[in-house]
Amino acid sequence: MVNFELDEDQRLIRDTVVSFARDEIRPHAREADEKGFAPPGLLQKGWELGLVQGVIPEEYGGFGNAHSAITGAVVAEELAYGDLSIAMHLLAPRLVTVPVLEFGSVALKQAVLPRFCGERFEAASAAVMEPRMDFDALTPATVLKREGDDYTLSGEKCLVPLGSDARHFLVIASLANGMGNAYPQALLIDRETPGLTVGDRERNMGLKALATTRVSFDGCKIPREHLLDGGERSVSRLANLWRVALASMAVGVARAAYDYARDYAKDRRAFGQAIAQKQAIAFMLAEMAMEVDAMRLLIWEAAWKLDRGEDATREAHLAKRYASEMALKITDNAVQVLGGHGYIRDHLVELFLRNARGFAMFEGLAIA
Amino acid sequence: MVDYELSPDIAATRDQLHMLAEHAMRPIARDFDEREHEKPWDFINMMWQLSKNSGIGPGASKDKKEHAVESERNLRTVVAVEELSWGDAGLYLAMPGPGLGGAAVMAAGTPDQKERFLSRFKGEKPVWSAMAISEPGCGSDSASIQATAVRDGDHWILNGTKIFCTSGLMAGDPKQSNGFIVVWATVDRTAGRAGIKSFIVDAGTPGMTVAKCEDKLGIRVSDTATLIFEDCRIPFDQILGSPEVPKTSEGFKGVMATFDATRPIVAASALGVGRAALDFVREELKRQGIPLRYGTATHKLTVIERDFMDMEAGLQAARLLTWRAAWMMDRGQKNNLEASMAKAKAGLVVTQVTQKAVEMLGPLGYSRDLLLEKWMRDAKINDIFEGTQQINMMIIARRILGYSSKELS
Repeated sequence: MVNFELDEDQRLIRDTVVSFARDEIRPHAREADEKGFAPPGLLQKGWELGLVQGVIPEEYGGFGNAHSAITGAVVAEELAYGDLSIAMHLLAPRLVTVPVLEFGSVALKQAVLPRFCGERFEAASAAVMEPRMDFDALTPATVLKREGDDYTLSGEKCLVPLGSDARHFLVIASLANGMGNAYPQALLIDRETPGLTVGDRERNMGLKALATTRVSFDGCKIPREHLLDGGERSVSRLANLWRVALASMAVGVARAAYDYARDYAKDRRAFGQAIAQKQAIAFMLAEMAMEVDAMRLLIWEAAWKLDRGEDATREAHLAKRYASEMALKITDNAVQVLGGHGYIRDHLVELFLRNARGFAMFEGLAIA
Repeated sequence: MVDYELSPDIAATRDQLHMLAEHAMRPIARDFDEREHEKPWDFINMMWQLSKNSGIGPGASKDKKEHAVESERNLRTVVAVEELSWGDAGLYLAMPGPGLGGAAVMAAGTPDQKERFLSRFKGEKPVWSAMAISEPGCGSDSASIQATAVRDGDHWILNGTKIFCTSGLMAGDPKQSNGFIVVWATVDRTAGRAGIKSFIVDAGTPGMTVAKCEDKLGIRVSDTATLIFEDCRIPFDQILGSPEVPKTSEGFKGVMATFDATRPIVAASALGVGRAALDFVREELKRQGIPLRYGTATHKLTVIERDFMDMEAGLQAARLLTWRAAWMMDRGQKNNLEASMAKAKAGLVVTQVTQKAVEMLGPLGYSRDLLLEKWMRDAKINDIFEGTQQINMMIIARRILGYSSKELS
C-alpha cells in the first residue's frame, strides 16, 4: 500500500541528523572549504551520532539496527544539506562497513567490523573512480588477477576519500573469468599491503574540505577471503547503494541552495519590493522546490526496492541521473538568484554549485 | 513506512482498465480524432454499462468498492485515470459520468442537491455533467468572472458567456443527456472573489444555449463547448453553498479548493498519454535491437539512450508527485502545494516526452499512420487546462514564499 511517510525510527534518526547538520555542520561549511579540512572536534561529534556503528550487529560491537537504504538516503540528504564534504567524511567508514556487512565472510566481518565500533572516528575509504576520461565504474581498468589461491591487484584510482588516513579500502576491479570476459569484483585491501601507494592530496573544484588522494596498486597480493562474495551481483547492489547515497546527497545540496536563495530573495529588495515577488525569481524558486521533492521521491523508490532485496539498477540509475542534473541546475539557479552576490565567496551558493557539479561523475563516494 | 507498491485492489483495477484501454480505446482512437465532433456512442454506452455493473471507471458507483473508497479513493482514481488515458486521453475525457460538475456537487452540495443530481448517474442512459468557469475575457483569473446571477424571488437569473467547457455539449444539451452544468457567476461584481458562486443548471433549461464546440489541436473526441446564458432562470435552491456574500474571500478559497482534488487527476491523465508514447518508443527500440543500458556510465550511452532515460525519469518523477498529492488527500491532509506541483510537472513533462517521441521516430513519428503525433497533440492540453503550468508555478511560489495573491501576482 503506497505510503510516502518514514516510520518512527527513521523520523527520530532524521530529526537528530537535521539538528546536527543545521547547528554543527553548516556553521563550519565555509571555513572548512577554505582551509581544506573539517574541524576534528566536529568529526568526532558526528561519529558519536552512531551513523556508522548503528547498523553493525551487536556481536561485532555495534548497535544492531537493521541496515536500510531508505534510512541511509535520509541521513545522506540531511548531512549533505549541512555540507557535502563533511557529510562524505562522516559517512566514509560506511564505504567499508556496509559492503562487508552485506557481502563479507564471517571471518572478514570479525576482522573488520569491531574496529568501527570504538570511541574514536575510524577512517575508511573506497577506491572506485579512475583518472581516465572514459571511466566506467563497472568496467574498471584496475585489474585483479588470480594467482593460485590468491589474487594480485594492479591499477590506479583517484578521488579516494580520506586516502591518507583510511586503514581499509573497498576497491572495484576487473576480474577475468577465464573465458575471455571480465567482470567487476569488490574486494577489501589493507593500507599496509605491499605495492599500495597513497598519492598526494588532490586539488578539486569542490569537496574541498574532504581530503582525497590517488591510490595505486602495483601487484598487491589480495587473499581470497578479502574478495566480497557474490561477484558481479554484489558489485551491482553496491553500485545501486552508492547511487542512492550520492543522489540523496545531491538532494541535500540542492535543497541547501534552494533554501538559501529563497531566504535571500525574500530579503533582498529591488524596485520597491522583495525580488521574490517578481515572477522571474519566484518561478525559479518554485521549480527548485518542485524538483527537490521529485528527486527525493525517485531516490526513495530505488532505496525501497533495495531494502526489499530486489534489483534496482534501473531505478537507481535513473534517480542518480535525474538528481545529478537537477542539483546542478538548482545550485546554478541559486547563484543566479543572488546575482553578483552569488559569485562572491561571502555567500554559500557558489560552494553549493562547485559541490553539485561533481555528482554526474561521482561514483562510490558514499553508500546508503 | 515508505512503500511504493500499489495495494492489490488498486493494482487489479489498473490491470482491468489496461485491458479495456488496449482493446476498446486504442482501436478507435485514430478514427475519432479524424472525425472531430462525432461521438463514439458504442464506446460511451459500453462504458456506461461497464461502470454500473463492474464498478470500474470514473462513473463507478461508489458502494461497489467500499473499501477502496474508504482509504485510498484518490490514489485509486489517479491510477485509473492514467490507465484510461494510456488508452486515449480524448476518449477518457468524453466518458459519461459525474466529471467536474458532479465533483463540485459532491464537495459543496446539500444532501437534497446530492440526491437530486447525483442519482442521475445511476440511470439506464449515459449522463454527463460539466463545469463552466472560463469566459471570453477570463480564464485562470476566475475572480474576474463577468457572468451574473441575480435573485428574482424563488429564482436566479443567469446572464453571460462561458467558453472551454469540457463536455458542455453532452452535459448541457438535453438531446445528448439528462445532465447538468455547474456554472460560476457573480452575485455582486463589487464584492470581487467573495461574490462568486456556483449554480447548477439542468440540461435544456430555457435561456441556456450550447452555441458551439471548438475545433482543437488534440483531445478532439471530447467536446469543448461555448455556453450562452440569456435570462436563464433556475430555481433558487440550485445554488451551491450559501447565497450570502461574505466579507472575506474565504468562500472563494473553498471553491478553489476543488482544484486540489482535480489537479492530480489531470496530472494522471497527462501521465497516461506520456506513458503511451514512452511505451511505444521502448517497444520500437527493442524491435530495432537498441538496448537501454541502465547502470552504464553516461559517456558510453548513446543519445537515444540518454533521451529515453530522461523521458522515463521525468515521467516517473511526475507520477510520484501525482501519487503523493492523491495519497495526501486520502489521508485528509491539505495538498494545495503538492497538487500544483503534480499538475505543473506532469503537464510539462508529457509535453516534452511526447514531442521528443515524435522526434525519435523520425518521419514515422510525424505520420498520422502512428498515434505518436496524436499523443503529442493530446498531451499539450494537460499543460493548459485546470490551471496552466504557469498558474500552478504561481501557486507553488506563493505557498513556498508565504505570499498572498496580492504580494505575488
